[in-house]
Amino acid sequence: MLNRRTLMGALAAGTLLASSTLAFAQDKIYIPMISKGFQHQFWQAVKAGADKAAAELGVEVTFEGPDTEAQVDRQIDMLSAALAKKPAAIGFAALDSQAAIPLLKQAQEAGIPVIAFDSGVDSDIPAATASTDNLAAAALAADKMAELIGGAGKVALVVHDQTSRTGIDRRDGFVNQIAAKYPDIEIVDIQYGAGDQLQSTEIAKAILTAHPDLKGMFGANEGSAIGVLNAKKESGRSDLIVIGYDSGAAQKAAIIEGSMNGAITQNPVGIGYETVKAAVAASKGEAVEKNIDTGFFYYDKTNIDAPEIAAVLYD
Amino acid sequence: MTATVPAASPLNRLKASGAQQKLLAFASLIVLLIFFSIASENFLQTSNIIAILQATSVNGVLAIAATLVIITGGIDLSVGTLMTFTAVVSGVVLTFWGMALPFGILAAIGMGAFCGLISGTLIARMKIPPFIATLGMMLILKGLSLVISGTKPIYFNDTPSYPELSTGSLVGKLIPALPLPNGVLILFLLALFISWVLNRTVLGRYTFALGSNEEAVRLSGVNTDGWKIAIYALAGGICGIAGLLISSRLNSAQPALGLGYELDAIAAVVIGGTSLAGGRGSILGTIIGALIMSVLLNGLRILSVAQEWQTVVTGLIIIAAVYADMLRRRRAG
Repeated sequence: MLNRRTLMGALAAGTLLASSTLAFAQDKIYIPMISKGFQHQFWQAVKAGADKAAAELGVEVTFEGPDTEAQVDRQIDMLSAALAKKPAAIGFAALDSQAAIPLLKQAQEAGIPVIAFDSGVDSDIPAATASTDNLAAAALAADKMAELIGGAGKVALVVHDQTSRTGIDRRDGFVNQIAAKYPDIEIVDIQYGAGDQLQSTEIAKAILTAHPDLKGMFGANEGSAIGVLNAKKESGRSDLIVIGYDSGAAQKAAIIEGSMNGAITQNPVGIGYETVKAAVAASKGEAVEKNIDTGFFYYDKTNIDAPEIAAVLYD
Repeated sequence: MTATVPAASPLNRLKASGAQQKLLAFASLIVLLIFFSIASENFLQTSNIIAILQATSVNGVLAIAATLVIITGGIDLSVGTLMTFTAVVSGVVLTFWGMALPFGILAAIGMGAFCGLISGTLIARMKIPPFIATLGMMLILKGLSLVISGTKPIYFNDTPSYPELSTGSLVGKLIPALPLPNGVLILFLLALFISWVLNRTVLGRYTFALGSNEEAVRLSGVNTDGWKIAIYALAGGICGIAGLLISSRLNSAQPALGLGYELDAIAAVVIGGTSLAGGRGSILGTIIGALIMSVLLNGLRILSVAQEWQTVVTGLIIIAAVYADMLRRRRAG
């Protein structure tokens, strides 16, 4: 008896709550964003940018992404639930372009514009793509690494994964730049740590043990970079040059105190902001730029407080 | 109150048959459906209901495999990565070797059964606890999936009919108003078949018997090890079907996927009233459990509930479901 009463009470309360949010939502343009992740600080920064644009433009935005970047099917389920809500437009960061095509076609048929963000979709369905040029950004990291180690010596990479577009582009961007411009620099190892701080730490430590004369290491995302830093600290290799990627409180602190030499930052806030802006424009039938380059920067101790850098870093 | 009810009343028979938990789970599912339908006009559309069923298909099939093993009193942590591994095997056969579709299907299911056979042998013959043996298998299969695929997704572009396996609709061809995807059809047919196996065959009888009292079964002269291995192999073959479903839905075998899926499968089993202690459970309950999970997740998404809260609610539902089951059992016992 108690069970049924509680259940009914909860049902009634829930219905009230839901219908009130529904009434609230109805008179606004609604844009769901299906991201590649959710918990990572990077995605939270993208969300912050999206929320900022939503507030400025007076639209409603929701933000969702799977637990790990491997869960392609979970992302498809999220996209399909988002489509059921008949939104004005959709922001979508594809984990696997091909897998999402049927649903994107469905969106196209329903007249729902799709804005790709963070990485592109191999299709002409998206009205626009807001992303970072990861190849160019990682090449810049390679240039900075060469400069810091004096143009010669051994370096290694810790990358988040070998299957995602960003993982591949950042690795190749770095490796190709070294191969093309710095014949005296040798890349002795490339390992993958799933962007997991602990796993990346162990990997980086193993590389340091195997190569006592290693001069520098590049961590290709936030988790990988923190892993490299931990390994440097735990192995007592204070002379190791470390270049990271993205920001986050730990990486920023490391750059300020000097244990990390510098890092590439994308503009996650800008990615979220530009995606929502383009989505709103597209939903109103306005023309949008096909490729929105959201930019990247190299930052170190000297410019971390500069206004244009501080604006794109996140904790 | 129950004392006044004659022992032979339908209500008591229902309680005795253990169907009440299934009814409770089914009632929760209906309540959820009604709730979300009232809360959002976008929930109860044919396309969304089909999307929910499709989202259930892979987890449902994995949960069927997990149910078999859990009824024997064991656990299988490798169902998720075994699914991935069989998907990769199917990719190798169809895309790398360019063989015809039936070979891909056979290879995935056969490899699944073979891996299940290994797990079963480790557990039954070498007496490694199921948790450890399948934990090891989980990692081995995750690694092998990456090794064999060269760490890249394998696409099925050379087998144009492959996506039809899960996204095509045989039912839709017969009844155009009901475009039920094949993946869902396969889930339902498989559920019926395994229900039949559990309730009407010797294998089914031994599955329950192993979970209730393995020692008694052994002492009565039954080859318990052999039967246990057979059950793990059957569960493995079912994971092969899940591998086919997920890879045909994504038109690719994603080698990095699969870790964590075993927990969702186990959650569906438990919500459906199958006891982790073994000896008791049903496929119908598991299917309802899997449906509850995907209805809940889809509904919360439709209501735009923040993602962090979606996870919290799912956790609460699992605990509530198991607690309700325990209450019922205590009252019945």
